[in-house]
Amino acid sequence: ERERALRPDRSLVAQASWIGKSVKRVEDGRLLTGRGTYIDDHPPVANACHAAIVRSPLPHAAIRGYDLRAALALDGVVGAITGEDVARYTKPFSVGVTAPIHYYCTATDRVRFVGEPVAVIVAKNRYVAEDAAELVQVDYEPLPVVLDPERALEPGAPVLHQAVGSNLAGNRRLVYGDPERAFQDADVVLTERFAFPKYGSTPIETYGVIARWDPLDGVCTVWSNFMGPFIMHPLTARVLGLAENKLRFIVPPDIGGSFGIKSSIYPYIALIALAAMRLNVPVKWIEDRREHLVASSSGTDRVAYREVAAKKDGTILGMRFKWLDNVGGYIRSPEPGCSFRPTGNFVGPYRFQNLEVDASVVMTNKSLTGPNRGYACGHLYFETEGMIDRLADRLGLDPIEVRRKNLIQPDQFPYRTPTGGLYDSGDYQAAFDKALEVAGYAELRREQAKARAAGRYVGIGLALAVDPSVSNMGYVATALDPQFRAKPEYLPKSGAVDAATIKIDPLGRVIAILGTTPQGQGHQTVVSQIVADELGLDPPEITVVDEMDTFTRVWSISSGTYSSRFGSVGTSAVALAARKLKAKLVDYAAHLMDLPAASLEFRDGAVRPRAGKGPSYSIKDLAGRAHWNTESLPEGMEPALQATAVFGFTVAKAVDAEDRVNSSNTYGFIAEVMAVEVDPETAAIKILKYVTVHDAGTIINPMIAEGQIYGGALHGLGGALYEELAYDEHGQFLTGSFMDYLVPTASEAPEIDIAHIVSPSPLTPLGSKGLGESSSMTVPAVIANAVSDALAPLGIKINELPMTPSKLWAAIDRACRSQEKRERRA
Amino acid sequence: MKVNGVAHEGRCEPRKLLVDFIREDLGLTGTHVGCEHGICGACTIMFNGEAARSCIMLAVQADGAELATVEGLMKDGKLHPLQEMFREHHGLQCGFCTPGMLMTALDLLRTNPAPTDREIREGISAVLCRCTGYQGIVNAVRAAAPILASGR
Repeated sequence: ERERALRPDRSLVAQASWIGKSVKRVEDGRLLTGRGTYIDDHPPVANACHAAIVRSPLPHAAIRGYDLRAALALDGVVGAITGEDVARYTKPFSVGVTAPIHYYCTATDRVRFVGEPVAVIVAKNRYVAEDAAELVQVDYEPLPVVLDPERALEPGAPVLHQAVGSNLAGNRRLVYGDPERAFQDADVVLTERFAFPKYGSTPIETYGVIARWDPLDGVCTVWSNFMGPFIMHPLTARVLGLAENKLRFIVPPDIGGSFGIKSSIYPYIALIALAAMRLNVPVKWIEDRREHLVASSSGTDRVAYREVAAKKDGTILGMRFKWLDNVGGYIRSPEPGCSFRPTGNFVGPYRFQNLEVDASVVMTNKSLTGPNRGYACGHLYFETEGMIDRLADRLGLDPIEVRRKNLIQPDQFPYRTPTGGLYDSGDYQAAFDKALEVAGYAELRREQAKARAAGRYVGIGLALAVDPSVSNMGYVATALDPQFRAKPEYLPKSGAVDAATIKIDPLGRVIAILGTTPQGQGHQTVVSQIVADELGLDPPEITVVDEMDTFTRVWSISSGTYSSRFGSVGTSAVALAARKLKAKLVDYAAHLMDLPAASLEFRDGAVRPRAGKGPSYSIKDLAGRAHWNTESLPEGMEPALQATAVFGFTVAKAVDAEDRVNSSNTYGFIAEVMAVEVDPETAAIKILKYVTVHDAGTIINPMIAEGQIYGGALHGLGGALYEELAYDEHGQFLTGSFMDYLVPTASEAPEIDIAHIVSPSPLTPLGSKGLGESSSMTVPAVIANAVSDALAPLGIKINELPMTPSKLWAAIDRACRSQEKRERRA
Repeated sequence: MKVNGVAHEGRCEPRKLLVDFIREDLGLTGTHVGCEHGICGACTIMFNGEAARSCIMLAVQADGAELATVEGLMKDGKLHPLQEMFREHHGLQCGFCTPGMLMTALDLLRTNPAPTDREIREGISAVLCRCTGYQGIVNAVRAAAPILASGR
């Protein structure tokens, strides 16, 4: 029954008036005129005091004491809290591994990275708070520093957490199929080392938190630009010693970008809430840019050792991944998602069945990590697609042919991967062909040959990726040993849920209410399109309210707007709520008409007979009667016209004893082609052509979908070429401003040819999948492959990002010198 | 000072940033703070007719000046043509950089009424946007240029 209810209503999508149209955004009016309500514009409480956070200037040191006298004596200062208060009045956050790591919302016993919070000053305004913060004296005893994840695991390396005894937060060796055998049977085995940089997508709006404590009710209300997942709400409540129903999270309607980064704001929610509770005043804190760069969140820097086993014809038999993910000074949830988020799609779009993954999560004296657009997939595909090109190179095969030979075939869907993923739908070959066609691949190769003959360095790169959307909360348990998970006291985890409410007022007007936390994805617009189609209305007739409030919205631990989930799970909840409401309207009209409900249907905004002519009841008519005359309702029907639907994927299951898990719920596909030219004198990389083809199932708003692709691609490009949160060898932070941390501007942004193919998901009512992370996960791979191809005459292969001009220039220089040497010898 | 044609008088500490004065004292929260060091451009306003970063100016420097902020673009309940084109061409997602982007694009079109795509990209490179990949913004500015030039 349930499975049938979930079957996509293709007829609706096929006849849709609004789904599939580039409807202009509802959100734009307020945002274009300066009337958005972001957290810093938000005065929910009068007389808020302002916080400034005192941060560690040292990467690793024991804290011997605090001297707050001068700070507290400053006129306008209300009070302060330090790590001592944090240790006394809060608990450490739960972490995703079993190692005894005590992560509090500030440093308590020692600091473990530059920028780590150590104290908070609260004052009448931010200017005074910052003055006072500078007067705080912290007595530090410096400790030796380690930054590199490989070095951190060597004997004798400085240990950050004495209770752990080493810097290894966790390690899992996952074995799928028979990799041993695959490597024995191989004609060719390739090994490569890759390094992926630490970068964050730096939303232009920084973190912001406002906290109010009501001592009589015992309720703490926190406004923040937190984006979910709302599992962090119960975690924070526990830290503060509050019952979950005494901690209220409210998210304003507008968030100035996030890209995963704002999921990691929750330690600051705890910290500012604690300040409000201890000092008994409402407290507001807006992070500044330096704070954001030094201590908010980023993806991990990773060292990866990759091995591939293949037949001479290019058939891949198996792979081995060895990863060292650097999570910084502590492991903060949802890490170690950096390793395990893509478990179900570890094999990408390829058919091989044998895989060994050795994932180590390492702590060093760098800032903390968490989800960043493409969470762990940019790393994964940079390595895999690099290996495929190297394999083609070794075997003397075309990189297209090696990919084709190994792709999952259209008739294999739904496809169960060896790691437990369930790819719901797709036609990878068709998408790949389309990318090659749009790029004019054969012509590009001819142009490349001409350019090479003229001594120019032109290259073409390919990248394919399975684009996972809607994380299954259960994947995080992959970090735990199966023996641990088998204990009777262990509670399995699974799920991916979203809710929506639709109500019809007495005059037949429709309001849809969501509890998502959009950061620019246009949820109000998309929902108005879906509801318009479902109820036979026009989008402007529907008001969509999207302000998360844990006290009033229907939500669950997986709620939020992350892992490309809204286009898949959020839209499903909306469609189901509308269908529930339609069913009620049909039942009510059937009662009024004294006809069997089965003889009626909801069509074009009214309940009508399925066949032939007859009376019909419009929404407006039914709404008026239902609200004004409850006597007219059939026996047992609930009064009022509203429906709440909670949509949850049934394919989201807990990780099994063999470490298999369907880590996401819908899986799209990306195929990309990029052509570049490298200037050997300056090492400048010019993008000549960039084509990206996406399959995200049914596209609800193509304009918004393409906007996500443009943005995602530029994040990938930033990480591949420009962006790195860099440290010197002493652990000092080097990129504390946008002068040092280079974000691509319009001049660096490439033009992109975008195309789609559509393989509707069988798991969602509209056939839609997620698309938000999109090309952020493929651009590092495709541009690295293109640059490697361009520099093939020099024997240069890119295995480390970002490809900064100085790094690339040094590689070119080295290659030229050794070539000259060879020529001289010859 | 005059802001969007309206005279304002206020007192503040000499060290108060102009953007803080605009947001906190005048209540015009459309101008945003993204970096406080003059790079991201979210705080860009018109200062005596030219684009300026309000996060690296002091409020006292604006004594007697004429400022324009995003709140002043809409006239008679209608969007400015540049705002209209941003909506038409999906030139914004989260909207946080948008006020600074609009003011910067206006300044560009004031000095160069018919820019090439390359010139548009250079012109708006004074403002960082992390959502759009800039393509929608470039399209919007390109579309707005002839409308503004024709004086609509």
